[in-house]
Amino acid sequence: MTTIQIAALVAVMAAVTFLTRALPFLLFGRGGEPPKVVLYLGRFLPPAVIAMLIIYCYRNTSFGAADGWAPGLIAGLAVVGLHIWKKNNMLSIVGGTILYMVLVQIVF
Amino acid sequence: MNRKTLAAAFPHTVPVLMGYLSIGVVFGWMLSAVGFAPTWAAIMSVTIYAGSGQYLGVDLLANASPLGDAAFLTLIINFRHLVYGLSMLEKFRGMGWRKLYMIFSLTDETYALLAGVQAPEGVNEKSFYFTIALLDHLYWIAGSIIGAVAGALITINTEGIDFAMTALFLVIAVEQWQSNTRHAPVFLGAAGTLACLLIFGPDNGRFLIPALAILVAGLLLMRPQLEGGNKS
Repeated sequence: MTTIQIAALVAVMAAVTFLTRALPFLLFGRGGEPPKVVLYLGRFLPPAVIAMLIIYCYRNTSFGAADGWAPGLIAGLAVVGLHIWKKNNMLSIVGGTILYMVLVQIVF
Repeated sequence: MNRKTLAAAFPHTVPVLMGYLSIGVVFGWMLSAVGFAPTWAAIMSVTIYAGSGQYLGVDLLANASPLGDAAFLTLIINFRHLVYGLSMLEKFRGMGWRKLYMIFSLTDETYALLAGVQAPEGVNEKSFYFTIALLDHLYWIAGSIIGAVAGALITINTEGIDFAMTALFLVIAVEQWQSNTRHAPVFLGAAGTLACLLIFGPDNGRFLIPALAILVAGLLLMRPQLEGGNKS
């Protein structure tokens, strides 16, 4: 990628991210209740979207040899288990990632 | 911002300091691992400033994704910010030029802090909010740069470090699961997305476009059930 291409990609991400944060203020900043359906989606869409993004992360899983699915499954379960147990973001994320790296580099 | 405001705001931000340093270090390291200079980590953390968004950004940069795909994925991943804004409309009123920065810097963590804190007696509350937002941003920038520089200097085998993004989403999912009593949206999200993945294949994550449409449509259909009783 050229510097221009990288900069363009970063600029797009920055602009869209800012847009998602600014939209409520642009639409409802002058008073006036947001429509009920917006509040409803605002409450129930995020958990559905996170489930969607987890599947996005696992999109390249293959079910042939064990190295296609086992590291992701084991490390994923470890993250969930660690987080239920200790409720520490840092521990769950860093611990799960190190486990995954060990699994893909050494074990499988 | 004066010393008194800083002294009042800083203790509230310590948990974010720990969290942002570590998550930021992992972000910077991932970006270095796919071959980008630490300057890019700094630029991204200054201008984008979104945890999961930047983890995704590493993926997008590594694959040299088309701009349209990048815009769409960034939109979906940050969709939850819409909700944060809605509950900060009142709080940010009358903040003048600082309001723009407050909106820009409204991450999950800053939102959580602002939703729960109150400025102590004798401290201007608007300056107090602004200081919290600014400190959090600085932690994030610092973490990213440390991680990116470490990743550029220390050459270990980083294969698999991209799993940090998966881990981050799993952590968010566990927290949402524990704070909601209604889980139907999670099953809808998983089933709808899986169906689209099987039909459209994994390339470029484009299956997320029909998946998102299915989720919104499904949620609208489920509205009477989900809103009935109004418990969660």
